[in-house]
Amino acid sequence: MRNSFIKTLMEQARQDERIFLLCGDLGYSVLEPFAEAFPDRFINVGIAEQNMVGLAAGLSLEGYTVFCYSIGNFPTLRAMEQIRYDVAYHDANVKIIAVGGGYAYGPLSTSHHTTEELGMLRTIPGMVVTAPGDPAEVDAMTAFIAQHRGPCYMRLNKAGEPRLHAQPPALTLGGIVPVRVNSESAAGTAAVFATGDMVGYAARYLEEKAPHIDLYSFPFVNPIDSAQLAALAVRYGHIATIEEHQANGGFGSAILERLHDLLSDGALARLPAVRRIAIPNAFVSSAGSQEFLREKMGLRLDDWHATLS
Amino acid sequence: MIEKNADTFDAASTTALARRIRLQCLHMCHTKRASHLGGAFSVADVLAVLYGGLMTTNPAQPKSPDRDRLFYSKGHACTALYATLAETGYYPLAALDTFTDNGSDFTSHVNHKVPGVELSTGSLGHALSVAAGVALAGKRRKAAWHTYAIVSDGELDEGSNWEAILFAPHHRLDNLTLVVDYNKIQSFGSTADVLNLDPLADKFKAFNWETIEVDGHDHAALAAALSKQGRNGKPRVVIAHTVKGKGVSFMENQLAWHYKSPDAAQFGAARAELLQESKDQA
Repeated sequence: MRNSFIKTLMEQARQDERIFLLCGDLGYSVLEPFAEAFPDRFINVGIAEQNMVGLAAGLSLEGYTVFCYSIGNFPTLRAMEQIRYDVAYHDANVKIIAVGGGYAYGPLSTSHHTTEELGMLRTIPGMVVTAPGDPAEVDAMTAFIAQHRGPCYMRLNKAGEPRLHAQPPALTLGGIVPVRVNSESAAGTAAVFATGDMVGYAARYLEEKAPHIDLYSFPFVNPIDSAQLAALAVRYGHIATIEEHQANGGFGSAILERLHDLLSDGALARLPAVRRIAIPNAFVSSAGSQEFLREKMGLRLDDWHATLS
Repeated sequence: MIEKNADTFDAASTTALARRIRLQCLHMCHTKRASHLGGAFSVADVLAVLYGGLMTTNPAQPKSPDRDRLFYSKGHACTALYATLAETGYYPLAALDTFTDNGSDFTSHVNHKVPGVELSTGSLGHALSVAAGVALAGKRRKAAWHTYAIVSDGELDEGSNWEAILFAPHHRLDNLTLVVDYNKIQSFGSTADVLNLDPLADKFKAFNWETIEVDGHDHAALAAALSKQGRNGKPRVVIAHTVKGKGVSFMENQLAWHYKSPDAAQFGAARAELLQESKDQA
């Protein structure tokens, strides 16, 4: 995903001289091509994320579209007040990019587990919060946020994720992306809503064990297109949300909130049964690969799948 | 149209402006029961010299691309900036009457919805990084305008400032001038007692800043220190030694005036002192 990001960002930067990239002394072996191609629009600011985000706000006040790149919690939680106050309140055109979403840096321990930022960021007014599901969605999302005026966040996994889409999907703000959908006539009653790299996990699981269950990627955690969501809520009786994030306030929470809003607004007549699969509001202190930690923390579809039949 | 430029500094004019700024701050804090008058008075002379002479400004077009930018980090001392902008023509003086009123843009920490305000501040330790980003943009575009930032002394407790203090000289931002309003009193006591900053000038020198210490109430000294001329590849810090509550005898160097708003008797006495000062100078 990170290689898709930098490749697309370079394409954007060739066309748009306002694009500027800051990094917090991370991105070795990823960002060098950008730094070489656009030396006047790249700075490694050092290990100083609060300053990085403040600088980005300042550069954006002068017309730049500023990308801030670092690992997981560092450009997000560490600089949360700068994101809220300097960036979002001033509607600054700043894009926070975090590599290593969820447990992507699993063995590096809790400091590197990025499992709360989606919830924190989606409470900030005006913040577009995204977690694309595969390299093709990263291509599309990088171009989208480069051209979208205003503060954005993009969570990346790491590298080597399989492509789920032949072409980068067309994105609209808040749009939901079908990944595998059975034809209307053959449709089952169940669907998985996934975000970030859990889209890839869900695609592999369903392909092997439940091809009749449909899968949608939510590259936008905030906002979420209400009309699209309402249509899916009518179509499916059973929905599982799955995310590599704490349960409180995350993607599944966002879905539940929106569905209840649609119900109370009269846009939905009934609610589907929603199983929220997320980290059970807990830290994990043991070493482990991303796959091991996901399994340990219950990020799997088989329990829900077993309840369907 | 640019109304002021660096060649128009006149100490008599900026001194008169500083007095009007203090009178407006006093009135706002009295009528609206607002705080932070001490810190507004300590920085009033710096603002008067910058807006009354040194900075290139265009009050009729606050976002004019050629303007000098000022980032005011001590957002709690908002009355001083609001009064300065009113007194220099960014909006009518009457606008100050809405200060803290329901629905007013004049919040009691600085608000960028007010014309002329570059950045909302109030959470300390933010504006210097933003100012450095703006100065960096100016460098990359070889712009002629200058960037100023004003921080309080207590605010230098915030680590984020020191990230920016490392950054600016590394990137040779000599189009950036930082003013420290060093009035020696922060929220809970003297800076020496709470978290000692001294030797402050040595710290900035060690961080590769061009470092100048001045009497922050001496307009001629401030004008020389804040001048945009003669830059040498380093950002400049002007450590302005100031007096909290400057201009009103019973407020000077008193921690209480970080918080108190003057009652009617105090308002009258303070106003009389500020007006008397002007007669003495005349």
